[in-house]
Amino acid sequence: MSAPAYPTTWRRPPQIIRDRRWRIAIQIGIVVYFVLAVGTVEVNWARVQAGLERGQLFVLGFLQPDFTSRWRDISQGLIESLTMTLTSTVVGVAISVPIGIGAARNLAPRWVYYICRSIIAVSRALQEVIIAIFFVAMFGFGPLAGFLTLSFATIGFIAKLLADDIEEIDEAQAEAVRATGASWGQLVNYAIQPQVMPRLIGLSLYRLDINFRESAVIGIVGAGGIGATLNTAIDRYEYDSAGAILLIIIAIVMVAEYSSSYLRKFLQ
Amino acid sequence: MTEITHYSQVWSYRTPRGRLLLWGGWVALVALFVWCWQLMTKDTIWFFVADAPRQAADIGGRMVPPRWSYMDELWGPLWDTINIATLGTLGGVIMAVPVAFLAARNTTPSALILQPVALFIIVASRSINSLIWALLLVAIIGPGLLAGIVAIALRSIGFIGKLLYEAIEETDAKQIEAIEATGASRAQVLSYGIVPQIMPTFWGITVFRWDINIRESTILGLVGAGGIGLKLQASLNTLAWSQVSVILLLILATVVLSEWVSARMRHAII
Amino acid sequence: MLMLEGLSKTYKTGDAALRDVSLTVPKGQIMGLIGPSGAGKSTLIRCINRLVEPTGGKVVLGDVDLVRLGKADLRRQRRRIGMIFQEYALVERLTVMENVLSGRLGYVPFWRSFLRKYPPADIQRAYQLLDRVGLMEHADKRADALSGGQRQRVGIARALAQDPELLLVDEPTASLDPKTSRQIMRLLTEICAERGLPAIVNIHDVPLAQQFMQRIVGLRAGQVVFDGTPDQLTHEALTAIYGAEDWNEMRRGDEEQTRAEADARDRMAALAR
Repeated sequence: MSAPAYPTTWRRPPQIIRDRRWRIAIQIGIVVYFVLAVGTVEVNWARVQAGLERGQLFVLGFLQPDFTSRWRDISQGLIESLTMTLTSTVVGVAISVPIGIGAARNLAPRWVYYICRSIIAVSRALQEVIIAIFFVAMFGFGPLAGFLTLSFATIGFIAKLLADDIEEIDEAQAEAVRATGASWGQLVNYAIQPQVMPRLIGLSLYRLDINFRESAVIGIVGAGGIGATLNTAIDRYEYDSAGAILLIIIAIVMVAEYSSSYLRKFLQ
Repeated sequence: MTEITHYSQVWSYRTPRGRLLLWGGWVALVALFVWCWQLMTKDTIWFFVADAPRQAADIGGRMVPPRWSYMDELWGPLWDTINIATLGTLGGVIMAVPVAFLAARNTTPSALILQPVALFIIVASRSINSLIWALLLVAIIGPGLLAGIVAIALRSIGFIGKLLYEAIEETDAKQIEAIEATGASRAQVLSYGIVPQIMPTFWGITVFRWDINIRESTILGLVGAGGIGLKLQASLNTLAWSQVSVILLLILATVVLSEWVSARMRHAII
Repeated sequence: MLMLEGLSKTYKTGDAALRDVSLTVPKGQIMGLIGPSGAGKSTLIRCINRLVEPTGGKVVLGDVDLVRLGKADLRRQRRRIGMIFQEYALVERLTVMENVLSGRLGYVPFWRSFLRKYPPADIQRAYQLLDRVGLMEHADKRADALSGGQRQRVGIARALAQDPELLLVDEPTASLDPKTSRQIMRLLTEICAERGLPAIVNIHDVPLAQQFMQRIVGLRAGQVVFDGTPDQLTHEALTAIYGAEDWNEMRRGDEEQTRAEADARDRMAALAR
């Protein structure tokens, strides 16, 4: 009449890697990697210690930003960044639309598809900064190089997402338009455009936001914009001006994010 | 014959007002574009621009053939680059997790003070590119790997924090309620009710960010924060374009490989 | 024994979900709570363990008034009250065993629960409960790998792992098919009888309530409008609770179900032959 004895221990069964040996091997591997990785990080602690003081200065600069003494440089950089952002987004999107249509499997002939997809692949694989280095070398310092960089990067982003969107459209609607005897142009206009337009607008606004952030970076390699101003300010150890610039960037990004989400809601 | 009904022969897609708005919008956009274009290019030296094709041909000519022997000097910096990305991701995760819990509506201990602070940390970290973080850190703690690792970590906080706090806010409230009903403490509700629900998302985000960080850490060296970018900077400074092409190919290969690894890992998790 | 005295709840929107509800549930009694949706059934049982904060009145379990407790004391009292949920509310990504053990959370310190190092007695009891609800061999499976009926059994085991003095059951069968619903109700009533455990069961299915409950309380617009045995639940009483028509539909639906079930049983028997 004794009750059946139940186990008094329980271990959670492993969820992902079920083989015990593999688990141990992977754990050891991770530990070894971290030991090696941390081992090869050479840190000049004296320099870091000295740097902490500067870090304090920077935090102070961030808390008490100085907008006025370098305002001319800052405003010049901002104008460059903002104009660069807008023009590159407009041009980038304008070029992306035909490339995006060309890169959609269900609309374009094979050879066009491959050409457009490889343009997209090149644009996505290379980072903005690296592209900017080349454009600066070719076109000289200044915002024009930045504009070209951002336009090129926009193509990879917008055209890819647009092409993916077109490939995923509701085939039934396209079929219905095709059945009326519409030409290819009419098909794009009547069946594709209404389906992808809202998302294209949304993506363009999102890209506008990204382009502004990137415009702050490519200035470091000489492509104009607020990044160049920031680079100068940091080189001169003017942390209060640098803090002001960073705060402006953060504020503009916040405003852009907020207004683009509002605009997207408004347009739909 | 009298006309029985009259059908309009004019049909328009939008109301007159809608059309006007649409046209006005387009005109405004074009005007804005032209104005911006003029502002932007007022200091452009068009001589350089006209010269660009020749420059491009020149650079292109110097880039091929790549100087493959230079590859031997790149393995060390590549290892550093991967370490910057991995250790930076680790640091970012460690800092992002508490921030995410403070920022999420359903877990924040104080909606008045801590939540806005956490949200500001996330926005600030997201708005500033890792290269800018690196620029700052190189100025503060000196050039080297550490600056790169910290830069990557600081940039990752915003990305991981944002996606994670959204995941926390989307958790199933019923499961959490059930754990609360057992008399669990706050910490226990977190570890039993919320953590299991966000775990897959968490790993997905982390691997995804690691992939992005590999990409970003390849260029941090341009501002002195270590890794393969240092070699890129050195080669650019000496106009050694045949070395630049080797470095770019190596970066490309690394990025493709890390993308593949992260896709495989995310696939295994989900 | 559970005593509710003048329990009221008014939501921030101004909706009065409960108005002055007074009830006593003695030891070992299974009480069904019926009423149209929006009558305040869910609010009532959530006010008892204060998942919803009542705005007035008393909830006395044994000799403790739960409404007055601070946070820490409330947690200590919550472990005396087991709760079973409508859609099981298991932690889907944890194993069945972890879900059952989570019933012990109120008893163990954080580090034990975090490392899954529960005291041997707890684990033994968890196995015993799993055996009782018939899920012994599923202990290591993840909760989302189980069927609806099995998940609700895990939910029952989790509530019992708390060693509760009271069970709150919120629509235990709402997402189950009729046959599984009956099995779950039978299991619940058996377990309550074994342990002399009082229970409050929210239930929208009147025939099911009549079949399994010892006492039925009808709520309408936050007020008790019926309190009696299942036999006393007459046509007039149901009209008082639900208004005209509604409940008749349910009854007819139930007759159909029983017929369909009998039919299916016959056919299965024929197949087996």
